[in-house]
Amino acid sequence: MNSYVLIFIIIGYLFLLFGIAFWAEKKANRSWVNNPYVYTLSLAVYCSAWTYYGSVGIAATSGVSFLTTYLGPVIAFPIWIIVLKKIIKISKQHKVSSIADFISLRYGNDRFLGALVTIICVLGVLPYISLQLKAVSETFGIISEDTINSSSTIFKDSTFYIAVLLAIFAAFFGTRTTDATQRRQGIIFSVAVESVIKLVFFLGVGIYVSYFLFEGTLDIYNQISITEDFEFLTTFDSLESGINWYFMMALSFLAIFLLPRQFHVSVIENTNQKHLKTAIWLFPLYLLLFNVFVVFIAWGGKLRLGDVANPDYYSLLLPLQNGDVFLAILVFLGGFSAVISMVVVSTLALSTMLSNNLIIPYGFLDKFSNSRPERNANYIKNIRRIAIFCLILGAYFFYINFNIELSLFSIGQLSFVVIAQLAPTFFIGLFWNRGSSIAAKMGIITGTLVTTYTLVLPFVLDAIFGNMDFIVFGPFELELLKPYALFGIDFLNPVTHAFFWSMFFNSIVYLFVSLSFKGNYRERNYGEMFVNSNYNSLQENAFIWKGEAYVSDIRRVLNRFLGEKRTERALDLFYLKYDLSRNEEKADARLINFSEKLLTGSIGSASSRILIASVVEEQPVTLVEVLEILEENKKTISTNKFLKHKSNELTQLTEELKEVNEELKIQDKLKDEFLDTVAHELKTPITSIRAASEVLLDNEDMLENIKIQFLNNILYDSERLGKLINNILDLEKLASGREILDKKMNNLNVTIEKALSGVQLIAEKKNIKIVTHQESLTARYDEDRIIQVLINVLSNAIKFVEEKHGEVKIISRKNKNYIQVIVEDNGKGILNEDMKYIFDKFYQSKNQNVKKPVGSGFGLAISKQIIEGHKGKIRVDENYKLGARFIIEIPE
Amino acid sequence: MNRKKILIVDDEPNIVMSLEYTFKKKDFDVYIARDGEEAIEILKSKIPDVILLDIMMPNVDGYQTLQYIRENSTTKNIKVIFLTAKNKALDIEKGFTMGVDKYITKPFSIKKIVAEINELMTS
Repeated sequence: MNSYVLIFIIIGYLFLLFGIAFWAEKKANRSWVNNPYVYTLSLAVYCSAWTYYGSVGIAATSGVSFLTTYLGPVIAFPIWIIVLKKIIKISKQHKVSSIADFISLRYGNDRFLGALVTIICVLGVLPYISLQLKAVSETFGIISEDTINSSSTIFKDSTFYIAVLLAIFAAFFGTRTTDATQRRQGIIFSVAVESVIKLVFFLGVGIYVSYFLFEGTLDIYNQISITEDFEFLTTFDSLESGINWYFMMALSFLAIFLLPRQFHVSVIENTNQKHLKTAIWLFPLYLLLFNVFVVFIAWGGKLRLGDVANPDYYSLLLPLQNGDVFLAILVFLGGFSAVISMVVVSTLALSTMLSNNLIIPYGFLDKFSNSRPERNANYIKNIRRIAIFCLILGAYFFYINFNIELSLFSIGQLSFVVIAQLAPTFFIGLFWNRGSSIAAKMGIITGTLVTTYTLVLPFVLDAIFGNMDFIVFGPFELELLKPYALFGIDFLNPVTHAFFWSMFFNSIVYLFVSLSFKGNYRERNYGEMFVNSNYNSLQENAFIWKGEAYVSDIRRVLNRFLGEKRTERALDLFYLKYDLSRNEEKADARLINFSEKLLTGSIGSASSRILIASVVEEQPVTLVEVLEILEENKKTISTNKFLKHKSNELTQLTEELKEVNEELKIQDKLKDEFLDTVAHELKTPITSIRAASEVLLDNEDMLENIKIQFLNNILYDSERLGKLINNILDLEKLASGREILDKKMNNLNVTIEKALSGVQLIAEKKNIKIVTHQESLTARYDEDRIIQVLINVLSNAIKFVEEKHGEVKIISRKNKNYIQVIVEDNGKGILNEDMKYIFDKFYQSKNQNVKKPVGSGFGLAISKQIIEGHKGKIRVDENYKLGARFIIEIPE
Repeated sequence: MNRKKILIVDDEPNIVMSLEYTFKKKDFDVYIARDGEEAIEILKSKIPDVILLDIMMPNVDGYQTLQYIRENSTTKNIKVIFLTAKNKALDIEKGFTMGVDKYITKPFSIKKIVAEINELMTS
């Protein structure tokens, strides 16, 4: 095919993507664009040209190894989701814009660390991007039937122009706002579309190979299984290759977290944490689908094309061999999609890192501090745009100079190992608050040096200069230092070997240094925040900062970067949130924290920290103060516990109150009943008096003796009325404590005798036997009142026993420091339901056999008041079943 | 003309005495019962024209007595007047639902009772 036609197709396709991105940017908030499926598909930026072409190549030459790149993420995905939740939460809170920002923030906004991470990422990803360009260039060559080495001059090389187009696309959509934490829905949506395209076309070619070129997958299997190296392709030949496999899987597991483009799509571009719920099943499914036909394309290519053709491009060569140019173009566009999304997202992420974590903090801060906001925003945008162009062009030159010799797969793996150097700093730092910034830097540098020594150096020597001496004999012919078999470990392949040793030294250094040197307060504070990301209070308020700062200074800095409008809006929000006065001149820790966060999105955490620090006079916070703040935080937790405890207590109290309320209702009812009774009792003598008086008045002719009888009745009922009123008043006096008891030494026997004589009459009338068992006792009490109590209890006993058979027993004795009087009867006893209430003044048992008890329900209530006035007790023996037994106790 | 008969049921002897004197003076045959039990006993042999019935009495109370009266064919047409200290609307309503003819609250006026009985007799 003519290469101009192909270029035309490519440009057309790019315009289509531009259009899609534009459309998506406009509808950014529609569910069409912002949904969990778009999010998950954007994660599939993981599948680059390496996946699209390289895994077929690997399957054809080394067998099952290709699977590790995808099995790693699939297996790790559930863990990934959990860790990602935490990362997203922290990133949102602190307006993190890249993985470099994230790591630098964790270690206290460390400027150097952020720059170091940026450099590692650039070093790791640049070859990877060049790999994508290599894939475009080579596939372009295959389709257009050009020779592969078409780049006699740059300006005649179509790859160069394609690279420039990609740079324009990324620069246009990636740098529309200065705040790098803002979503780029356009790019993300086009990435999602590309993910669909590459999967569909790859599956298409898989089906084409399996079912059109061959008679199904079984046919391919049968044919390949009779070739000589079949066993090598489908099995592990030894334990060693199993171990290799395992390490490769671990490597790709780390890559899915740490690759800047993965961090960008999964964390920075995440709009809703709920999207993870879809990603957790859809993403592994996507990866598995992608790998379904890999082996069959590889085997089919091996069978049809042999070992002469580059196995990386079997998926293109097979349709071309059969004259299906259209399908080949579709496959090419699928691969091109993989390239675009990878290159665009990677350069975007890297350009943010370069601007926010390297260029601005190390070169441009002073310039920014003195210039106007609009100009600053333009500066930032321009830095990023230039960074994008530089990255893509850098990758292009890398490709021109190095990549042509190397396979897709090996470059990809080299990238992974370099990026993996961030793993100890990143993961351990997330869960271990001791990890310090110096340890992170030393760990990363050590790991990178080890990688360079064991992988990059021999690789370069071998590939570029064709010099094998270093690899075979080691430096200075030292066996133990051979780069591919360090310390005698010779059974790992070079990549796994480098991965193992670099991770080993990296982690050891990180852990050792962290344990040996404590970081400063700032690092420890951030460490605590990251590790315990659930302590919102700490996140928001307990920012450990001490020093002097004026609001006006901070406002000036914010103005310069955000513009006056945004600054005022942000400060409004801040003051509203913390309910602070706008007139406050001094800034507190929260405002410092808030302003740093605001700026972080635009210029990265390290730069914003430096900027804010330039206008405030900070004093180091001592360890004691750090501990105090942490203590405060603990206190908050214990306060929470305390509050929970209180809440439980309240619940219990509510229960109790309910019970009391029920009780009160009963009391209220009793009171009503009592008032009824009192009213009845008062009305009866009044009725009698009134009736008698009426009769006397109306019947002047009445006989004298009858008249006297009526007058006697009036007299009797008047007395009864008086007594009743006295009882009510008496009780009231006792209950309110106004009655003063006349306590003297008294002989109890004498008192009991007096009480007995008071009830003798009614006892005789009912023909009841009264028995006494007395000890000779003396005590201090008000005799009249105690007699009143005894009469009450005795007359109750007499009231409730049967005529003739009734028997009442009085026992007096000493019990410890008390004198005790027990009154027993053989009546029907007290009902259980009455037990609780009999001493209440409003209570009358429903179980009475006489209508009007003396005192109408006052007796026991008055008795109780009297005994309590003597500091004694009156109670009913609940266990006595032969009748009722009252026990009265007063102190000696 | 037959002498009118009245049954007075109350456990307060002093009140009974005034009522007994008044109605004997008016040529009634007066029967006395101290509680519901005694009243029912008397009703087995005597059918009075009117009954003055207290409610709060030991053993068989006024309500139970009234129930007996209304359920018994020989006594169901007797005029019954409640004579009671219970003066709440709820109590009065209960009395009328149970079929009492008049409801007089204590303390009462003797003249009023006489008037009410006259009214009952003529209606």
